[in-house]
Amino acid sequence: MANMDEAMDVCLLAGKIMLQNGAETYRVEDTMTRMGIAFTGCLPQSYVTPTAIIFSFDGSNSTRMVRIEERTTDLQKVVLVNQISRMVSSGRLSLSEARSKLKGIEAMSHSFPVWLQILFAAIASGCFLIMFGGIWRDFAPAFVTGGIGHAAFIYFNRWIKVHFFAEFLASFIIGCLAYLFTQSGLGIHFDTITIGSVMSLVPGLLITNAIRDLMEGHLVSGISKGAEAFLTAFAIGTGIAMVLAFF
Amino acid sequence: MIQQIVTSFLASVAFGIIFNVPKKSLLKCGFTGMVGWMFYYVLKDHGVNIIFATFVGAFWVAVLSHVFARKYRTPVIIFSVCGIIPLVPGGFAYDAMRHFVISEYNVALSLAAKVFFMSLAIAIGLIVSEVMNQLIRDWRKRRGV
Repeated sequence: MANMDEAMDVCLLAGKIMLQNGAETYRVEDTMTRMGIAFTGCLPQSYVTPTAIIFSFDGSNSTRMVRIEERTTDLQKVVLVNQISRMVSSGRLSLSEARSKLKGIEAMSHSFPVWLQILFAAIASGCFLIMFGGIWRDFAPAFVTGGIGHAAFIYFNRWIKVHFFAEFLASFIIGCLAYLFTQSGLGIHFDTITIGSVMSLVPGLLITNAIRDLMEGHLVSGISKGAEAFLTAFAIGTGIAMVLAFF
Repeated sequence: MIQQIVTSFLASVAFGIIFNVPKKSLLKCGFTGMVGWMFYYVLKDHGVNIIFATFVGAFWVAVLSHVFARKYRTPVIIFSVCGIIPLVPGGFAYDAMRHFVISEYNVALSLAAKVFFMSLAIAIGLIVSEVMNQLIRDWRKRRGV
Protein backbone atom coordinates (compact mmCIF):
# COMPACT_ATOMS: atom_id res chain seq x y z
CA MET A 1 0.00 0.00 0.00
CA ALA A 2 1.32 3.37 -0.98
CA ASN A 3 1.83 6.26 1.36
CA MET A 4 -1.45 8.05 1.98
CA ASP A 5 -0.05 11.55 1.62
CA GLU A 6 1.47 10.75 -1.74
CA ALA A 7 -1.75 9.12 -2.91
CA MET A 8 -3.59 12.24 -1.83
CA ASP A 9 -1.20 14.39 -3.84
CA VAL A 10 -1.75 12.41 -7.02
CA CYS A 11 -5.54 12.24 -6.61
CA LEU A 12 -5.70 15.99 -6.05
CA LEU A 13 -3.51 16.63 -9.07
CA ALA A 14 -5.84 14.54 -11.25
CA GLY A 15 -8.90 16.28 -9.84
CA LYS A 16 -7.38 19.70 -10.29
CA ILE A 17 -6.49 19.12 -13.94
CA MET A 18 -9.97 17.83 -14.69
CA LEU A 19 -11.76 20.66 -12.92
CA GLN A 20 -9.62 23.36 -14.50
CA ASN A 21 -10.27 22.09 -17.98
CA GLY A 22 -14.01 21.71 -17.96
CA ALA A 23 -15.02 18.32 -16.52
CA GLU A 24 -18.30 17.87 -14.66
CA THR A 25 -18.20 17.83 -10.86
CA TYR A 26 -19.39 14.24 -10.72
CA ARG A 27 -16.54 13.11 -12.96
CA VAL A 28 -13.92 14.87 -10.84
CA GLU A 29 -15.21 13.24 -7.65
CA ASP A 30 -15.58 9.86 -9.31
CA THR A 31 -12.03 9.95 -10.72
CA MET A 32 -10.49 10.92 -7.40
CA THR A 33 -12.47 8.24 -5.56
CA ARG A 34 -11.46 5.47 -7.96
CA MET A 35 -7.80 6.47 -7.92
CA GLY A 36 -7.79 6.80 -4.13
CA ILE A 37 -9.24 3.31 -3.65
CA ALA A 38 -6.78 1.83 -6.13
CA PHE A 39 -3.79 3.45 -4.42
CA THR A 40 -4.59 2.89 -0.75
CA GLY A 41 -7.63 0.65 -0.37
CA CYS A 42 -9.28 3.28 1.85
CA LEU A 43 -12.42 5.09 0.83
CA PRO A 44 -11.73 8.71 -0.11
CA GLN A 45 -14.13 11.55 0.66
CA SER A 46 -14.19 14.57 -1.58
CA TYR A 47 -16.12 17.77 -1.97
CA VAL A 48 -15.78 19.55 -5.30
CA THR A 49 -17.03 22.99 -6.27
CA PRO A 50 -15.98 25.04 -9.31
CA THR A 51 -13.46 26.99 -7.21
CA ALA A 52 -12.05 24.44 -4.75
CA ILE A 53 -11.52 20.73 -4.02
CA ILE A 54 -11.53 19.32 -0.49
CA PHE A 55 -10.19 15.80 -0.23
CA SER A 56 -9.60 13.31 2.57
CA PHE A 57 -9.44 9.58 3.26
CA ASP A 58 -11.74 7.77 5.67
CA GLY A 59 -9.87 7.21 8.91
CA SER A 60 -7.06 9.57 7.97
CA ASN A 61 -6.21 12.60 10.06
CA SER A 62 -5.19 14.87 7.23
CA THR A 63 -7.51 16.72 4.88
CA ARG A 64 -6.25 18.74 1.97
CA MET A 65 -7.72 21.49 -0.09
CA VAL A 66 -6.83 22.84 -3.52
CA ARG A 67 -7.99 26.20 -4.73
CA ILE A 68 -8.89 26.43 -8.44
CA GLU A 69 -7.88 29.87 -9.66
CA GLU A 70 -8.32 29.68 -13.40
CA ARG A 71 -10.69 27.64 -15.49
CA THR A 72 -10.36 27.06 -19.22
CA THR A 73 -11.80 24.59 -21.67
CA ASP A 74 -9.42 21.89 -22.85
CA LEU A 75 -11.39 18.66 -23.20
CA GLN A 76 -8.39 16.67 -24.38
CA LYS A 77 -6.87 16.92 -20.89
CA VAL A 78 -10.14 15.66 -19.39
CA VAL A 79 -10.06 12.67 -21.73
CA LEU A 80 -6.40 11.90 -20.93
CA VAL A 81 -6.85 12.09 -17.15
CA ASN A 82 -9.90 9.87 -17.54
CA GLN A 83 -7.75 7.27 -19.33
CA ILE A 84 -5.12 7.42 -16.59
CA SER A 85 -7.75 6.89 -13.92
CA ARG A 86 -8.99 3.82 -15.79
CA MET A 87 -5.45 2.44 -15.96
CA VAL A 88 -4.86 3.15 -12.27
CA SER A 89 -8.03 1.43 -11.14
CA SER A 90 -7.28 -1.64 -13.24
CA GLY A 91 -3.84 -1.79 -11.59
CA ARG A 92 -1.82 -1.11 -14.73
CA LEU A 93 -0.22 2.10 -13.44
CA SER A 94 1.70 2.66 -10.20
CA LEU A 95 1.54 5.76 -8.05
CA SER A 96 4.79 7.29 -9.28
CA GLU A 97 4.01 6.50 -12.93
CA ALA A 98 0.60 8.11 -12.57
CA ARG A 99 2.17 11.18 -11.00
CA SER A 100 4.68 11.71 -13.79
CA LYS A 101 2.01 11.15 -16.45
CA LEU A 102 -0.34 13.63 -14.80
CA LYS A 103 2.46 16.22 -14.58
CA GLY A 104 3.00 15.72 -18.29
CA ILE A 105 -0.68 16.28 -19.02
CA GLU A 106 -0.78 19.38 -16.83
CA ALA A 107 2.07 20.94 -18.83
CA MET A 108 0.53 20.14 -22.23
CA SER A 109 -0.63 23.02 -24.36
CA HIS A 110 -3.71 23.28 -26.55
CA SER A 111 -3.19 20.88 -29.46
CA PHE A 112 -4.63 23.32 -32.00
CA PRO A 113 -2.76 26.63 -32.49
CA VAL A 114 -4.58 29.88 -31.77
CA TRP A 115 -4.85 30.90 -35.43
CA LEU A 116 -6.60 27.61 -36.23
CA GLN A 117 -9.09 28.16 -33.39
CA ILE A 118 -9.80 31.64 -34.71
CA LEU A 119 -10.16 30.31 -38.26
CA PHE A 120 -12.66 27.70 -37.11
CA ALA A 121 -14.55 30.22 -35.00
CA ALA A 122 -14.83 32.25 -38.22
CA ILE A 123 -16.08 29.20 -40.14
CA ALA A 124 -18.56 28.44 -37.35
CA SER A 125 -19.87 32.01 -37.55
CA GLY A 126 -20.48 31.67 -41.25
CA CYS A 127 -22.19 28.32 -40.75
CA PHE A 128 -24.44 29.66 -37.99
CA LEU A 129 -25.43 32.49 -40.28
CA ILE A 130 -26.74 29.97 -42.82
CA MET A 131 -28.33 27.81 -40.10
CA PHE A 132 -30.26 30.79 -38.75
CA GLY A 133 -31.68 31.60 -42.15
CA GLY A 134 -29.09 34.04 -43.42
CA ILE A 135 -28.20 34.47 -47.09
CA TRP A 136 -24.93 33.33 -48.69
CA ARG A 137 -24.00 36.91 -49.55
CA ASP A 138 -23.60 37.61 -45.84
CA PHE A 139 -21.29 34.64 -45.36
CA ALA A 140 -18.03 36.57 -45.86
CA PRO A 141 -18.99 39.44 -43.50
CA ALA A 142 -20.04 36.93 -40.81
CA PHE A 143 -16.81 34.97 -41.37
CA VAL A 144 -14.65 38.07 -40.83
CA THR A 145 -16.75 39.44 -37.96
CA GLY A 146 -16.83 36.12 -36.12
CA GLY A 147 -13.09 35.56 -36.56
CA ILE A 148 -12.13 39.00 -35.30
CA GLY A 149 -14.66 38.71 -32.48
CA HIS A 150 -13.22 35.41 -31.32
CA ALA A 151 -9.63 36.67 -31.60
CA ALA A 152 -10.61 39.70 -29.52
CA PHE A 153 -12.20 37.37 -26.97
CA ILE A 154 -9.05 35.24 -26.66
CA TYR A 155 -6.70 38.21 -26.29
CA PHE A 156 -8.90 40.22 -23.93
CA ASN A 157 -9.21 37.12 -21.77
CA ARG A 158 -5.41 37.06 -21.44
CA TRP A 159 -4.99 40.75 -20.65
CA ILE A 160 -8.00 41.57 -18.52
CA LYS A 161 -8.54 39.52 -15.41
CA VAL A 162 -12.09 40.74 -14.86
CA HIS A 163 -14.59 37.98 -15.58
CA PHE A 164 -17.25 38.54 -18.23
CA PHE A 165 -15.56 41.70 -19.52
CA ALA A 166 -13.86 39.88 -22.42
CA GLU A 167 -17.23 38.55 -23.59
CA PHE A 168 -18.73 42.00 -23.32
CA LEU A 169 -15.96 43.69 -25.32
CA ALA A 170 -15.86 40.92 -27.93
CA SER A 171 -19.59 41.12 -28.59
CA PHE A 172 -19.38 44.91 -28.70
CA ILE A 173 -16.68 44.65 -31.37
CA ILE A 174 -18.78 42.10 -33.27
CA GLY A 175 -21.74 44.47 -33.21
CA CYS A 176 -19.62 47.40 -34.45
CA LEU A 177 -18.10 45.33 -37.28
CA ALA A 178 -21.49 44.01 -38.36
CA TYR A 179 -22.76 47.58 -38.41
CA LEU A 180 -19.81 48.71 -40.54
CA PHE A 181 -20.37 45.84 -42.98
CA THR A 182 -24.05 46.60 -43.42
CA GLN A 183 -23.43 50.35 -43.75
CA SER A 184 -20.74 49.85 -46.38
CA GLY A 185 -23.07 47.59 -48.38
CA LEU A 186 -20.85 44.51 -48.08
CA GLY A 187 -23.39 42.81 -45.84
CA ILE A 188 -27.18 42.93 -46.04
CA HIS A 189 -28.73 41.82 -42.75
CA PHE A 190 -27.24 43.22 -39.56
CA ASP A 191 -29.26 40.82 -37.39
CA THR A 192 -28.17 37.48 -38.83
CA ILE A 193 -24.53 38.55 -39.17
CA THR A 194 -24.46 39.53 -35.49
CA ILE A 195 -26.22 36.38 -34.27
CA GLY A 196 -23.97 34.09 -36.32
CA SER A 197 -20.79 35.79 -35.13
CA VAL A 198 -21.80 35.92 -31.49
CA MET A 199 -22.52 32.17 -31.34
CA SER A 200 -18.83 31.31 -30.89
CA LEU A 201 -18.92 33.13 -27.52
CA VAL A 202 -21.90 31.14 -26.23
CA PRO A 203 -21.03 29.35 -22.96
CA GLY A 204 -22.00 25.89 -24.24
CA LEU A 205 -19.80 23.93 -21.86
CA LEU A 206 -21.12 25.80 -18.81
CA ILE A 207 -24.72 25.20 -19.86
CA THR A 208 -24.18 21.47 -20.39
CA ASN A 209 -22.15 21.05 -17.21
CA ALA A 210 -24.62 23.04 -15.12
CA ILE A 211 -27.44 20.75 -16.22
CA ARG A 212 -25.40 17.59 -15.68
CA ASP A 213 -24.22 18.73 -12.24
CA LEU A 214 -27.76 19.52 -11.12
CA MET A 215 -28.91 16.12 -12.42
CA GLU A 216 -26.30 14.37 -10.31
CA GLY A 217 -27.31 16.32 -7.21
CA HIS A 218 -24.26 18.62 -7.08
CA LEU A 219 -26.45 21.59 -6.29
CA VAL A 220 -23.78 24.13 -5.36
CA SER A 221 -21.70 23.48 -8.48
CA GLY A 222 -24.70 23.28 -10.75
CA ILE A 223 -26.19 26.55 -9.60
CA SER A 224 -22.89 28.42 -9.66
CA LYS A 225 -22.13 27.19 -13.17
CA GLY A 226 -25.64 28.12 -14.24
CA ALA A 227 -25.10 31.60 -12.78
CA GLU A 228 -21.79 31.89 -14.64
CA ALA A 229 -23.47 30.85 -17.90
CA PHE A 230 -26.26 33.34 -17.34
CA LEU A 231 -23.85 36.19 -16.60
CA THR A 232 -21.79 35.31 -19.67
CA ALA A 233 -24.89 35.37 -21.83
CA PHE A 234 -25.86 38.65 -20.22
CA ALA A 235 -22.42 40.13 -20.95
CA ILE A 236 -22.75 39.15 -24.61
CA GLY A 237 -26.24 40.62 -24.74
CA THR A 238 -25.08 43.86 -23.15
CA GLY A 239 -22.28 44.27 -25.68
CA ILE A 240 -24.76 43.91 -28.53
CA ALA A 241 -27.30 46.13 -26.80
CA MET A 242 -24.71 48.93 -26.57
CA VAL A 243 -24.21 48.80 -30.33
CA LEU A 244 -27.96 48.80 -30.94
CA ALA A 245 -28.37 51.75 -28.60
CA PHE A 246 -25.62 53.79 -30.29
CA PHE A 247 -26.68 53.36 -33.89
CA MET B 1 -31.62 21.12 -46.73
CA ILE B 2 -28.17 19.99 -47.81
CA GLN B 3 -26.69 23.32 -46.85
CA GLN B 4 -28.21 22.89 -43.38
CA ILE B 5 -26.60 19.46 -43.05
CA VAL B 6 -23.19 20.71 -44.14
CA THR B 7 -23.19 23.91 -42.09
CA SER B 8 -24.40 22.25 -38.88
CA PHE B 9 -21.72 19.57 -39.25
CA LEU B 10 -18.99 22.15 -39.83
CA ALA B 11 -20.14 24.38 -36.98
CA SER B 12 -20.07 21.47 -34.52
CA VAL B 13 -16.60 20.38 -35.67
CA ALA B 14 -15.43 23.98 -35.29
CA PHE B 15 -16.59 24.00 -31.69
CA GLY B 16 -14.73 20.74 -31.16
CA ILE B 17 -11.57 22.52 -32.24
CA ILE B 18 -12.22 25.56 -30.05
CA PHE B 19 -12.75 23.27 -27.03
CA ASN B 20 -9.71 21.13 -27.97
CA VAL B 21 -11.55 17.85 -28.35
CA PRO B 22 -9.17 14.94 -29.21
CA LYS B 23 -8.65 14.80 -32.97
CA LYS B 24 -10.18 11.37 -33.47
CA SER B 25 -13.43 12.49 -31.82
CA LEU B 26 -13.91 15.56 -34.00
CA LEU B 27 -15.97 13.88 -36.72
CA LYS B 28 -18.22 12.24 -34.14
CA CYS B 29 -18.79 15.66 -32.55
CA GLY B 30 -19.74 17.01 -35.94
CA PHE B 31 -22.11 14.11 -36.56
CA THR B 32 -23.77 14.54 -33.16
CA GLY B 33 -24.31 18.24 -33.75
CA MET B 34 -25.63 17.62 -37.23
CA VAL B 35 -28.22 15.03 -36.12
CA GLY B 36 -29.45 17.24 -33.27
CA TRP B 37 -29.78 20.26 -35.53
CA MET B 38 -31.53 18.34 -38.32
CA PHE B 39 -34.17 16.99 -35.89
CA TYR B 40 -34.74 20.54 -34.70
CA TYR B 41 -34.76 22.01 -38.19
CA VAL B 42 -37.05 19.46 -39.84
CA LEU B 43 -39.56 19.55 -36.98
CA LYS B 44 -39.54 23.36 -37.00
CA ASP B 45 -40.02 23.32 -40.76
CA HIS B 46 -43.09 21.12 -40.40
CA GLY B 47 -44.73 23.59 -38.05
CA VAL B 48 -43.97 21.79 -34.79
CA ASN B 49 -43.71 24.03 -31.72
CA ILE B 50 -40.18 25.41 -31.56
CA ILE B 51 -39.75 24.50 -27.89
CA PHE B 52 -40.69 20.89 -28.55
CA ALA B 53 -38.33 20.82 -31.55
CA THR B 54 -35.49 22.02 -29.32
CA PHE B 55 -36.32 19.29 -26.84
CA VAL B 56 -36.20 16.58 -29.51
CA GLY B 57 -32.92 17.95 -30.89
CA ALA B 58 -31.27 18.05 -27.46
CA PHE B 59 -32.60 14.57 -26.69
CA TRP B 60 -30.97 13.07 -29.80
CA VAL B 61 -27.72 14.92 -29.16
CA ALA B 62 -27.61 13.36 -25.70
CA VAL B 63 -28.53 9.87 -26.94
CA LEU B 64 -25.79 9.91 -29.57
CA SER B 65 -23.30 11.29 -27.06
CA HIS B 66 -24.02 8.41 -24.70
CA VAL B 67 -23.67 5.88 -27.49
CA PHE B 68 -20.31 7.32 -28.59
CA ALA B 69 -19.11 7.74 -25.01
CA ARG B 70 -19.78 4.10 -24.20
CA LYS B 71 -18.35 2.80 -27.46
CA TYR B 72 -15.09 4.77 -27.33
CA ARG B 73 -14.77 4.99 -23.52
CA THR B 74 -14.50 8.76 -23.39
CA PRO B 75 -16.33 11.29 -21.18
CA VAL B 76 -19.80 12.01 -22.52
CA ILE B 77 -19.47 15.81 -22.41
CA ILE B 78 -16.99 16.04 -25.28
CA PHE B 79 -19.76 14.99 -27.67
CA SER B 80 -22.76 16.65 -26.05
CA VAL B 81 -21.14 20.08 -25.69
CA CYS B 82 -20.50 20.47 -29.41
CA GLY B 83 -23.96 19.17 -30.25
CA ILE B 84 -25.87 21.39 -27.84
CA ILE B 85 -24.42 24.72 -28.98
CA PRO B 86 -26.41 25.02 -32.24
CA LEU B 87 -29.63 24.53 -30.26
CA VAL B 88 -28.89 27.40 -27.87
CA PRO B 89 -31.54 30.03 -28.68
CA GLY B 90 -29.07 32.76 -29.66
CA GLY B 91 -31.34 34.27 -32.26
CA PHE B 92 -34.29 34.71 -29.93
CA ALA B 93 -32.04 36.03 -27.17
CA TYR B 94 -30.76 38.63 -29.63
CA ASP B 95 -34.29 39.60 -30.68
CA ALA B 96 -35.32 39.91 -27.04
CA MET B 97 -32.32 42.16 -26.35
CA ARG B 98 -33.09 44.31 -29.36
CA HIS B 99 -36.65 44.90 -28.23
CA PHE B 100 -35.48 45.71 -24.71
CA VAL B 101 -33.16 48.35 -26.13
CA ILE B 102 -35.97 50.10 -28.04
CA SER B 103 -38.20 49.87 -24.93
CA GLU B 104 -40.74 47.46 -26.42
CA TYR B 105 -40.97 45.54 -23.19
CA ASN B 106 -44.04 43.47 -24.09
CA VAL B 107 -42.45 41.91 -27.15
CA ALA B 108 -39.10 41.64 -25.38
CA LEU B 109 -40.57 39.81 -22.40
CA SER B 110 -42.45 37.30 -24.52
CA LEU B 111 -39.26 36.62 -26.49
CA ALA B 112 -37.30 36.29 -23.26
CA ALA B 113 -39.87 33.78 -22.01
CA LYS B 114 -39.38 31.82 -25.22
CA VAL B 115 -35.60 31.83 -24.70
CA PHE B 116 -36.11 30.63 -21.15
CA PHE B 117 -38.35 27.74 -22.16
CA MET B 118 -36.09 26.73 -25.03
CA SER B 119 -33.18 26.54 -22.57
CA LEU B 120 -35.40 24.49 -20.31
CA ALA B 121 -36.21 22.21 -23.25
CA ILE B 122 -32.48 21.60 -23.78
CA ALA B 123 -32.11 20.67 -20.11
CA ILE B 124 -35.10 18.33 -20.22
CA GLY B 125 -33.81 16.69 -23.41
CA LEU B 126 -30.51 15.95 -21.69
CA ILE B 127 -32.24 14.70 -18.55
CA VAL B 128 -34.67 12.36 -20.35
CA SER B 129 -31.85 10.77 -22.31
CA GLU B 130 -29.79 10.37 -19.12
CA VAL B 131 -32.72 8.63 -17.43
CA MET B 132 -33.14 6.29 -20.40
CA ASN B 133 -29.43 5.60 -20.37
CA GLN B 134 -29.57 4.58 -16.70
CA LEU B 135 -32.65 2.42 -17.24
CA ILE B 136 -30.98 0.57 -20.11
CA ARG B 137 -27.81 0.09 -18.03
CA ASP B 138 -29.74 -1.33 -15.08
CA TRP B 139 -31.78 -3.56 -17.33
CA ARG B 140 -28.64 -4.96 -18.92
CA LYS B 141 -27.05 -5.51 -15.53
CA ARG B 142 -30.08 -7.42 -14.30
CA ARG B 143 -30.02 -9.66 -17.33
CA GLY B 144 -26.33 -10.21 -16.71
CA VAL B 145 -25.24 -9.04 -20.15
